[in-house]
Amino acid sequence: MAAGATYFPIATTTLGSATATVTFSSISGSYTDLVLVENGQSSTGGSYTRIRFNSDTGSNYSATYLYGNGTAAGSDRYSNMTFIPVAYVASVETNFNHNTIINIQNYSNSTTYKTVLARSNNAATATDAAVGLWRSTSAITSIEYYLNSGSWAIGSTFTLYGIEYA
Amino acid sequence: MAITSIKTGSSFKNLIKYNDFLAGNAAFQPTAYESIATVTVGAGGSSTITFSSIPSTYQHLQIRGIIKSSRTGSARNDLIIKLNGSSTTYAHHQLYGDGASAAALGTASTTQGLLGINCVPSSGYTSQFGVVVADILDYANTNKNKTIRSLAGTDNNGAGFTSLSSALWYATPVAVTSIDLTVDGAYNFEQYTKFGLFGIKGA
Repeated sequence: MAAGATYFPIATTTLGSATATVTFSSISGSYTDLVLVENGQSSTGGSYTRIRFNSDTGSNYSATYLYGNGTAAGSDRYSNMTFIPVAYVASVETNFNHNTIINIQNYSNSTTYKTVLARSNNAATATDAAVGLWRSTSAITSIEYYLNSGSWAIGSTFTLYGIEYA
Repeated sequence: MAITSIKTGSSFKNLIKYNDFLAGNAAFQPTAYESIATVTVGAGGSSTITFSSIPSTYQHLQIRGIIKSSRTGSARNDLIIKLNGSSTTYAHHQLYGDGASAAALGTASTTQGLLGINCVPSSGYTSQFGVVVADILDYANTNKNKTIRSLAGTDNNGAGFTSLSSALWYATPVAVTSIDLTVDGAYNFEQYTKFGLFGIKGA
Protein backbone atom coordinates (compact mmCIF):
# COMPACT_ATOMS: atom_id res chain seq x y z
CA MET A 1 0.00 0.00 0.00
CA ALA A 2 1.42 3.36 -0.98
CA ALA A 3 2.60 5.55 1.85
CA GLY A 4 1.94 8.77 -0.03
CA ALA A 5 4.17 11.43 -1.44
CA THR A 6 7.80 10.79 -0.68
CA TYR A 7 10.07 12.85 -2.98
CA PHE A 8 10.73 16.20 -1.38
CA PRO A 9 12.91 19.19 -2.23
CA ILE A 10 15.22 19.96 0.68
CA ALA A 11 17.09 22.96 -0.66
CA THR A 12 17.77 24.79 -3.90
CA THR A 13 20.60 27.17 -4.66
CA THR A 14 20.96 29.43 -7.69
CA LEU A 15 24.30 31.13 -7.48
CA GLY A 16 24.27 34.92 -7.50
CA SER A 17 28.04 35.07 -7.47
CA ALA A 18 30.87 32.72 -8.41
CA THR A 19 31.22 30.12 -5.66
CA ALA A 20 33.98 27.59 -5.16
CA THR A 21 32.01 25.12 -3.05
CA VAL A 22 28.27 24.58 -2.76
CA THR A 23 27.44 23.20 0.67
CA PHE A 24 24.28 21.57 1.91
CA SER A 25 24.47 21.36 5.69
CA SER A 26 22.31 20.26 8.61
CA ILE A 27 20.75 17.54 6.47
CA SER A 28 18.21 15.72 8.56
CA GLY A 29 18.04 11.94 8.74
CA SER A 30 14.37 11.93 7.82
CA TYR A 31 14.86 10.39 4.39
CA THR A 32 16.42 7.20 3.03
CA ASP A 33 18.06 8.48 -0.17
CA LEU A 34 19.23 11.87 -1.34
CA VAL A 35 19.30 13.12 -4.91
CA LEU A 36 21.46 16.09 -5.90
CA VAL A 37 20.68 17.73 -9.24
CA GLU A 38 23.18 20.16 -10.75
CA ASN A 39 23.04 22.27 -13.90
CA GLY A 40 26.10 24.44 -13.87
CA GLN A 41 29.03 26.03 -15.56
CA SER A 42 32.49 26.83 -14.31
CA SER A 43 34.24 30.16 -14.26
CA THR A 44 37.29 28.72 -16.01
CA GLY A 45 36.07 25.70 -17.98
CA GLY A 46 37.37 22.17 -18.16
CA SER A 47 36.65 21.42 -14.53
CA TYR A 48 35.82 18.14 -12.87
CA THR A 49 33.25 17.87 -10.11
CA ARG A 50 33.90 16.45 -6.69
CA ILE A 51 31.74 15.56 -3.73
CA ARG A 52 32.70 15.20 -0.10
CA PHE A 53 30.61 14.27 2.93
CA ASN A 54 30.60 15.56 6.51
CA SER A 55 33.80 17.55 5.78
CA ASP A 56 35.79 14.32 5.88
CA THR A 57 39.11 15.07 4.18
CA GLY A 58 40.62 11.63 4.80
CA SER A 59 41.50 9.23 1.99
CA ASN A 60 38.21 7.43 2.40
CA TYR A 61 36.67 7.84 -1.04
CA SER A 62 36.84 5.96 -4.32
CA ALA A 63 35.00 5.69 -7.63
CA THR A 64 34.59 3.57 -10.76
CA TYR A 65 33.65 5.17 -14.08
CA LEU A 66 32.07 4.31 -17.37
CA TYR A 67 32.25 6.97 -20.05
CA GLY A 68 31.96 7.78 -23.72
CA ASN A 69 33.67 10.76 -25.31
CA GLY A 70 32.26 10.68 -28.81
CA THR A 71 34.84 8.33 -30.24
CA ALA A 72 35.27 5.58 -27.67
CA ALA A 73 33.86 4.09 -24.49
CA GLY A 74 36.11 3.50 -21.52
CA SER A 75 36.29 2.88 -17.81
CA ASP A 76 38.60 4.12 -15.09
CA ARG A 77 38.98 4.05 -11.34
CA TYR A 78 40.25 6.21 -8.49
CA SER A 79 41.05 4.71 -5.08
CA ASN A 80 41.91 6.18 -1.68
CA MET A 81 40.83 9.66 -2.68
CA THR A 82 39.97 12.57 -0.40
CA PHE A 83 36.73 13.10 -2.38
CA ILE A 84 34.56 11.26 -4.88
CA PRO A 85 35.39 12.55 -8.36
CA VAL A 86 31.86 12.67 -9.78
CA ALA A 87 32.04 14.01 -13.33
CA TYR A 88 35.15 12.48 -14.82
CA VAL A 89 35.12 12.94 -18.60
CA ALA A 90 31.96 15.03 -18.85
CA SER A 91 33.67 18.11 -17.49
CA VAL A 92 32.09 21.43 -16.60
CA GLU A 93 32.64 24.10 -19.25
CA THR A 94 31.97 27.82 -19.46
CA ASN A 95 28.45 27.28 -20.69
CA PHE A 96 25.45 25.59 -19.17
CA ASN A 97 25.65 22.32 -21.06
CA HIS A 98 26.68 20.35 -17.99
CA ASN A 99 24.34 18.45 -15.74
CA THR A 100 24.76 15.81 -13.09
CA ILE A 101 22.28 13.80 -11.05
CA ILE A 102 23.76 12.10 -8.00
CA ASN A 103 21.86 9.43 -6.07
CA ILE A 104 23.15 9.04 -2.52
CA GLN A 105 21.69 5.77 -1.30
CA ASN A 106 20.83 5.06 2.34
CA TYR A 107 22.68 8.16 3.44
CA SER A 108 21.28 8.27 6.95
CA ASN A 109 21.92 4.73 8.16
CA SER A 110 24.80 4.02 10.52
CA THR A 111 25.42 0.43 9.39
CA THR A 112 26.73 0.62 5.85
CA TYR A 113 29.33 2.58 3.95
CA LYS A 114 27.75 5.12 1.64
CA THR A 115 27.57 4.46 -2.08
CA VAL A 116 26.49 6.98 -4.70
CA LEU A 117 25.38 6.64 -8.31
CA ALA A 118 25.97 9.56 -10.64
CA ARG A 119 25.21 10.36 -14.27
CA SER A 120 26.93 13.38 -15.76
CA ASN A 121 26.56 14.89 -19.19
CA ASN A 122 28.32 17.50 -21.24
CA ALA A 123 26.66 17.33 -24.61
CA ALA A 124 29.66 19.01 -26.22
CA THR A 125 32.24 16.57 -24.93
CA ALA A 126 31.18 13.41 -23.16
CA THR A 127 28.78 11.48 -20.96
CA ASP A 128 29.66 9.34 -18.00
CA ALA A 129 28.29 7.19 -15.21
CA ALA A 130 30.01 6.75 -11.89
CA VAL A 131 29.62 4.77 -8.73
CA GLY A 132 31.41 6.18 -5.72
CA LEU A 133 32.11 4.96 -2.22
CA TRP A 134 32.63 6.78 1.06
CA ARG A 135 34.08 4.36 3.56
CA SER A 136 32.19 5.59 6.58
CA THR A 137 29.17 4.32 8.46
CA SER A 138 28.29 7.81 9.66
CA ALA A 139 25.02 9.33 8.58
CA ILE A 140 25.59 12.05 6.01
CA THR A 141 24.68 15.43 7.45
CA SER A 142 26.52 17.72 5.06
CA ILE A 143 27.55 17.69 1.41
CA GLU A 144 30.23 19.76 -0.29
CA TYR A 145 30.08 19.83 -4.09
CA TYR A 146 32.91 21.60 -5.83
CA LEU A 147 35.24 21.75 -8.81
CA ASN A 148 38.84 20.63 -9.04
CA SER A 149 39.74 24.19 -10.03
CA GLY A 150 37.94 27.49 -10.37
CA SER A 151 34.44 28.23 -9.21
CA TRP A 152 30.86 27.50 -10.10
CA ALA A 153 29.63 30.42 -12.17
CA ILE A 154 26.69 32.72 -11.58
CA GLY A 155 23.41 31.06 -12.49
CA SER A 156 24.51 27.53 -11.68
CA THR A 157 21.70 25.67 -9.95
CA PHE A 158 21.79 22.93 -7.36
CA THR A 159 18.82 21.17 -5.79
CA LEU A 160 18.90 18.54 -3.09
CA TYR A 161 15.94 16.18 -2.77
CA GLY A 162 15.08 13.64 -0.12
CA ILE A 163 13.34 10.33 -0.82
CA GLU A 164 11.55 8.61 2.03
CA TYR A 165 10.91 4.87 1.80
CA ALA A 166 7.62 3.41 3.04
CA MET B 1 0.35 29.23 10.29
CA ALA B 2 -3.13 30.73 9.97
CA ILE B 3 -4.67 32.96 12.61
CA THR B 4 -8.31 32.00 13.09
CA SER B 5 -9.25 34.01 16.16
CA ILE B 6 -8.29 37.47 17.44
CA LYS B 7 -9.55 38.73 20.80
CA THR B 8 -10.67 42.28 21.45
CA GLY B 9 -7.76 44.34 22.62
CA SER B 10 -5.25 42.15 20.95
CA SER B 11 -2.05 43.80 19.86
CA PHE B 12 -2.62 42.35 16.40
CA LYS B 13 -4.34 45.04 14.36
CA ASN B 14 -5.88 45.07 10.90
CA LEU B 15 -5.60 41.34 10.42
CA ILE B 16 -8.10 39.30 8.44
CA LYS B 17 -10.04 36.64 10.24
CA TYR B 18 -10.58 33.48 8.22
CA ASN B 19 -13.03 30.76 9.05
CA ASP B 20 -11.06 28.37 6.87
CA PHE B 21 -8.29 26.74 8.87
CA LEU B 22 -6.21 26.31 5.71
CA ALA B 23 -6.19 30.02 4.93
CA GLY B 24 -2.78 31.56 5.26
CA ASN B 25 -1.03 28.24 4.85
CA ALA B 26 0.87 27.17 1.80
CA ALA B 27 -1.26 25.27 -0.68
CA PHE B 28 -0.86 21.50 -0.44
CA GLN B 29 0.80 20.17 -3.55
CA PRO B 30 0.90 16.39 -3.71
CA THR B 31 3.94 15.07 -5.50
CA ALA B 32 3.81 12.53 -8.28
CA TYR B 33 6.30 10.16 -6.64
CA GLU B 34 5.06 7.77 -3.96
CA SER B 35 6.62 5.00 -1.94
CA ILE B 36 4.74 1.73 -2.51
CA ALA B 37 6.71 -0.75 -0.42
CA THR B 38 10.11 -1.34 1.18
CA VAL B 39 11.94 -4.58 1.97
CA THR B 40 14.96 -4.80 4.27
CA VAL B 41 16.65 -8.18 4.52
CA GLY B 42 17.09 -9.53 8.02
CA ALA B 43 19.87 -11.51 9.66
CA GLY B 44 18.93 -14.78 7.98
CA GLY B 45 19.31 -13.46 4.44
CA SER B 46 16.81 -13.94 1.63
CA SER B 47 16.91 -15.67 -1.75
CA THR B 48 14.20 -13.59 -3.42
CA ILE B 49 12.73 -10.17 -2.83
CA THR B 50 9.16 -9.98 -4.09
CA PHE B 51 6.93 -6.97 -4.52
CA SER B 52 3.41 -8.29 -5.11
CA SER B 53 -0.09 -6.88 -5.58
CA ILE B 54 1.35 -3.80 -7.24
CA PRO B 55 -1.52 -1.41 -8.01
CA SER B 56 -1.98 -0.13 -11.56
CA THR B 57 -2.55 3.44 -10.43
CA TYR B 58 0.82 4.82 -11.51
CA GLN B 59 2.42 5.52 -14.87
CA HIS B 60 5.89 4.20 -14.08
CA LEU B 61 7.66 2.29 -11.32
CA GLN B 62 11.10 2.87 -9.86
CA ILE B 63 13.20 0.45 -7.83
CA ARG B 64 15.96 1.81 -5.61
CA GLY B 65 18.21 -0.27 -3.45
CA ILE B 66 21.46 -1.27 -1.80
CA ILE B 67 22.64 -4.85 -2.27
CA LYS B 68 25.03 -7.40 -0.84
CA SER B 69 25.08 -11.07 -1.79
CA SER B 70 26.09 -14.21 0.10
CA ARG B 71 28.73 -15.06 -2.49
CA THR B 72 32.26 -15.51 -1.19
CA GLY B 73 35.36 -14.52 -3.10
CA SER B 74 35.79 -11.36 -5.11
CA ALA B 75 33.37 -11.79 -8.04
CA ARG B 76 30.33 -9.58 -8.26
CA ASN B 77 27.00 -10.70 -9.64
CA ASP B 78 24.18 -9.08 -11.54
CA LEU B 79 20.89 -8.20 -9.96
CA ILE B 80 18.12 -10.17 -11.71
CA ILE B 81 14.53 -9.09 -12.29
CA LYS B 82 11.49 -11.14 -13.29
CA LEU B 83 8.01 -9.75 -13.82
CA ASN B 84 4.76 -11.47 -12.83
CA GLY B 85 6.72 -14.61 -11.97
CA SER B 86 7.58 -15.21 -15.62
CA SER B 87 10.79 -17.01 -16.61
CA THR B 88 10.41 -16.61 -20.37
CA THR B 89 10.62 -13.98 -23.10
CA TYR B 90 13.18 -11.50 -21.80
CA ALA B 91 15.91 -9.63 -23.62
CA HIS B 92 18.61 -7.48 -22.11
CA HIS B 93 21.66 -5.44 -23.00
CA GLN B 94 24.29 -3.91 -20.79
CA LEU B 95 27.20 -1.48 -21.09
CA TYR B 96 29.61 -1.76 -18.20
CA GLY B 97 33.00 -0.68 -17.00
CA ASP B 98 35.32 -2.47 -14.59
CA GLY B 99 37.69 0.37 -13.90
CA ALA B 100 40.01 -0.55 -16.76
CA SER B 101 37.87 -0.88 -19.87
CA ALA B 102 34.29 -0.72 -21.10
CA ALA B 103 32.45 -3.73 -22.49
CA ALA B 104 28.97 -4.76 -23.55
CA LEU B 105 26.80 -7.85 -23.40
CA GLY B 106 23.31 -8.76 -24.44
CA THR B 107 20.86 -11.39 -25.55
CA ALA B 108 17.57 -11.31 -27.41
CA SER B 109 15.95 -14.29 -25.73
CA THR B 110 16.51 -15.32 -22.16
CA THR B 111 14.80 -16.21 -18.90
CA GLN B 112 15.39 -13.02 -16.92
CA GLY B 113 16.29 -9.36 -17.06
CA LEU B 114 19.55 -7.85 -15.80
CA LEU B 115 19.57 -4.72 -13.67
CA GLY B 116 23.33 -4.31 -13.41
CA ILE B 117 26.47 -5.57 -11.75
CA ASN B 118 26.02 -4.52 -8.17
CA CYS B 119 25.79 -7.55 -5.89
CA VAL B 120 28.80 -7.19 -3.62
CA PRO B 121 30.16 -10.46 -2.21
CA SER B 122 29.87 -10.96 1.51
CA SER B 123 33.50 -11.77 2.21
CA GLY B 124 36.14 -9.06 2.36
CA TYR B 125 33.82 -6.13 1.79
CA THR B 126 32.59 -5.23 5.24
CA SER B 127 29.85 -2.59 5.22
CA GLN B 128 30.06 -2.21 1.42
CA PHE B 129 26.93 -2.48 -0.71
CA GLY B 130 26.15 -2.15 -4.38
CA VAL B 131 23.43 0.19 -5.56
CA VAL B 132 20.73 0.36 -8.21
CA VAL B 133 18.14 2.78 -9.56
CA ALA B 134 15.84 1.11 -12.12
CA ASP B 135 12.77 2.39 -13.96
CA ILE B 136 9.96 0.19 -15.30
CA LEU B 137 8.11 2.24 -17.88
CA ASP B 138 4.37 2.05 -18.58
CA TYR B 139 4.22 -1.02 -16.37
CA ALA B 140 0.41 -1.12 -16.25
CA ASN B 141 -0.14 -0.84 -19.99
CA THR B 142 -1.77 -3.93 -21.51
CA ASN B 143 -0.70 -3.15 -25.08
CA LYS B 144 3.04 -2.75 -24.70
CA ASN B 145 5.98 -4.96 -23.95
CA LYS B 146 7.65 -3.83 -20.74
CA THR B 147 10.96 -2.01 -20.87
CA ILE B 148 13.30 -1.38 -17.98
CA ARG B 149 16.36 0.81 -17.72
CA SER B 150 18.80 0.88 -14.84
CA LEU B 151 21.93 2.52 -13.51
CA ALA B 152 23.82 0.32 -11.09
CA GLY B 153 27.20 -0.47 -9.71
CA THR B 154 29.52 -1.06 -6.84
CA ASP B 155 32.80 0.54 -5.94
CA ASN B 156 35.04 -1.17 -3.42
CA ASN B 157 38.10 1.06 -3.36
CA GLY B 158 40.15 -0.69 -5.98
CA ALA B 159 37.53 -2.92 -7.52
CA GLY B 160 34.01 -2.67 -8.82
CA PHE B 161 31.75 -2.02 -11.77
CA THR B 162 29.52 0.67 -13.17
CA SER B 163 26.77 -0.49 -15.52
CA LEU B 164 23.96 0.84 -17.67
CA SER B 165 21.36 -1.80 -18.48
CA SER B 166 18.15 -2.23 -20.41
CA ALA B 167 15.75 -5.13 -20.20
CA LEU B 168 12.65 -6.08 -22.15
CA TRP B 169 9.86 -8.47 -21.18
CA TYR B 170 8.08 -9.30 -24.44
CA ALA B 171 5.47 -11.76 -23.27
CA THR B 172 1.86 -11.10 -24.27
CA PRO B 173 1.40 -7.59 -22.81
CA VAL B 174 -0.19 -7.49 -19.38
CA ALA B 175 0.10 -5.12 -16.46
CA VAL B 176 3.01 -5.80 -14.14
CA THR B 177 1.58 -6.82 -10.78
CA SER B 178 4.59 -8.47 -9.17
CA ILE B 179 8.37 -8.12 -9.29
CA ASP B 180 10.93 -10.70 -8.18
CA LEU B 181 14.54 -9.67 -7.52
CA THR B 182 17.32 -12.23 -7.11
CA VAL B 183 21.10 -12.45 -7.26
CA ASP B 184 22.41 -14.05 -10.45
CA GLY B 185 23.91 -17.42 -9.60
CA ALA B 186 21.24 -18.15 -6.98
CA TYR B 187 23.07 -16.53 -4.09
CA ASN B 188 21.15 -14.98 -1.21
CA PHE B 189 20.72 -11.34 -0.40
CA GLU B 190 22.63 -10.57 2.79
CA GLN B 191 21.40 -8.66 5.82
CA TYR B 192 20.77 -4.93 5.35
CA THR B 193 20.10 -5.33 1.65
CA LYS B 194 17.26 -2.91 1.09
CA PHE B 195 14.88 -2.26 -1.82
CA GLY B 196 12.20 0.37 -2.20
CA LEU B 197 9.46 0.29 -4.83
CA PHE B 198 8.10 3.65 -5.90
CA GLY B 199 5.24 4.71 -8.13
CA ILE B 200 5.37 7.73 -10.42
CA LYS B 201 2.01 9.18 -11.41
CA GLY B 202 0.98 10.37 -14.81
CA ALA B 203 -1.04 13.52 -15.36
